Amino acid sequence: MKMIKNIALAAAAVAAFAVGANAAGAAKHPEKVDWQFEGVFGTFDVESAQRGWQVYREVCSACHGLKYFRFRNLDKLGYDEDMIKAFAAEYTVAGEPDDFGDPTERNALPQDAFPNPFPNDNAARASNGGALPPDLSLITKARHDGANYLYSLMTGYEEAPIGVDIPAGKSYNPYFKGGQISMASPLSEGIIEYEDGTAATQEQMAKDVVNFLMYVAEPSLQDRHSLGLNVFLFLLVLTIILYFSMKKIWKPIKAGKNVYEDE
Amino acid sequence: MALSEVKPNNKVLAWVEERLPILTVANSVMGPGTPTPRNLNYWWNFGSLAALCLIIQLVSGIVLAMHYTPHTGMAFDSVERIMRDVNYGWLIRYMHANGASFFFIAVYTHIFRGFYYGSYKAPREVLWMLGVVIFLLMMATAFMGYVLPWGQMSFWGATVITNLFSAIPGVGESIVTLLWGGFSVDNPTLNRFFSLHYLLPFVIAGVVVLHIWAKKISDSGNPLGVEVKSNADQIPFHPYYTVKDAFGVGVFLMVFAYFVFFAPNALGHPDNYIPAEPLVTPDSIVPEWYFLPFYAILRSITFDLGIPGTDIVFIDAKLLGVLAMFASILVWLALPWLDTSKVRSAKFRPTYRIFFWFLVADMLLLTVVGGKKPEGIWPMLGLAGTIYYFAHFLVILPLLGKKEKTLPLPESIISAVKKSA
Repeated sequence: MKMIKNIALAAAAVAAFAVGANAAGAAKHPEKVDWQFEGVFGTFDVESAQRGWQVYREVCSACHGLKYFRFRNLDKLGYDEDMIKAFAAEYTVAGEPDDFGDPTERNALPQDAFPNPFPNDNAARASNGGALPPDLSLITKARHDGANYLYSLMTGYEEAPIGVDIPAGKSYNPYFKGGQISMASPLSEGIIEYEDGTAATQEQMAKDVVNFLMYVAEPSLQDRHSLGLNVFLFLLVLTIILYFSMKKIWKPIKAGKNVYEDE
Repeated sequence: MALSEVKPNNKVLAWVEERLPILTVANSVMGPGTPTPRNLNYWWNFGSLAALCLIIQLVSGIVLAMHYTPHTGMAFDSVERIMRDVNYGWLIRYMHANGASFFFIAVYTHIFRGFYYGSYKAPREVLWMLGVVIFLLMMATAFMGYVLPWGQMSFWGATVITNLFSAIPGVGESIVTLLWGGFSVDNPTLNRFFSLHYLLPFVIAGVVVLHIWAKKISDSGNPLGVEVKSNADQIPFHPYYTVKDAFGVGVFLMVFAYFVFFAPNALGHPDNYIPAEPLVTPDSIVPEWYFLPFYAILRSITFDLGIPGTDIVFIDAKLLGVLAMFASILVWLALPWLDTSKVRSAKFRPTYRIFFWFLVADMLLLTVVGGKKPEGIWPMLGLAGTIYYFAHFLVILPLLGKKEKTLPLPESIISAVKKSA
């Protein structure tokens, strides 16, 4: 009986240590999600990425930039030219100085990058309690296991464990290194209303926005996969031909032929 | 070294050949006029594979340089532009980034082939030493290439590695200032690294020519390690080894294509997709995988060399670590004399064969250690791995050559080949 008690105590100590260690640095391992873009046949889930584009516009873009993404890049997400122009026109960007040298603004065009929500990093920090919201153009590639990590982060907010103090303006998230994240839980159920009528659950929005951001980070992914399959097939056939050529050419040598003297 | 003369029937070719016997040279290096041991196994494919990688890197790199901007404020953006807006830019960049890894895979295999079969022994010492020079040049080139995208790992890797030179007594700080072109890793550093990253591959190509020339003089070694004795031991390079090398290229390119098309970032570090930020140090600064064993040796030295119990220090820990790291590669230059055994191939050296595999295991251990944070058990394992590494070259090999009972060597290549067939 005493032994069981000891084991239980030890287990509790280990658990407490684990929580402590977690809060101190090591982040929780991201949850594994099945993504359509994974694997050698992986393709973008265009409908999901379109919803993700809506999530980005209506939620993420309040704080996060997308500096490498141009409106024209929406073409591979199933939008035609007029729709892309219409999306762009919703935003204003800095224009050329006018005839008097005064700064101007104009509506964005398809070739413009998505405008940053803040004029500079200091402004971004000032609006976010000192924290700088990272640009999301490359975020799925700039973190280990990026897609799963982002999904886990956005769906993984929870109450801080007992004994872990979270300062004002921070939230507890076990997937974030150190456990304390300056971003409040961004996606709450029903925060947006999907244009296609899909129920906007937290998991759905997280998944959609990751699909969108994967497209933003790696727009060539689908081309890369399809070209890769062709290249691989070509190399396979070539290698098989070379293998049998080699076998044929080497046959007399394997049989002991002396090339320089046997004629 | 006899060249096998080529006399073209075409009059123009004959005219050129008389004045510049380029076909004769080609024929004597990899043509039908190149007698080669008949028993080379697949481990001998990796020389041509390394040459292939050098060509891939040169061609893809020259195209990348057409679109890249070596400026701290624009380098990262220009790489993203290559990935997004340059036609097939993603393919060229992924080929170049993964090509570096595959170049090292080919060259490491080539080097360990040399370890196993005693390829460095007389009369091939200079051939071997030129190979070590190529390897050192490759490391410098790869390191500077990794800095160019100007991501977080680029910047901090450059900072850590250039700082190593400050350990050199007296002139260390000046050398670091010279490398940086200023007082920290900054725009002048990026510019000179770009310039040198473009230059060094051509130096490598030059040393490769010397390496092949030296090979032509001493002829290829072979898995049995016995010299060629008669015509029967040899076959012409073409078509026998050209077709075998071509088959090897096919297999190698399939593995390469897998990484380029389906796992292009698997060998890279995600932090390098974050633009360089001199005010934010990454969690851990990790070099590319091919540097890890040497990085582990560098970090495993955490003690000063001096007289124990006194304050007298001959070499402090930082310098000792740097010396150990460079010595771990430079020791290869002395390998032909450190290995005292008269027998070349591990096939006939049963004890050496075991120590060879210990060395492979030790290098793998050091690779793992180099990628871990120096906490817990890892520094101890790193130190043990480092000590064993040097013991292998400086103690085991010299003694083993004198003590080991080797197996009887075959009479000739052809007799051994016929016996096994």
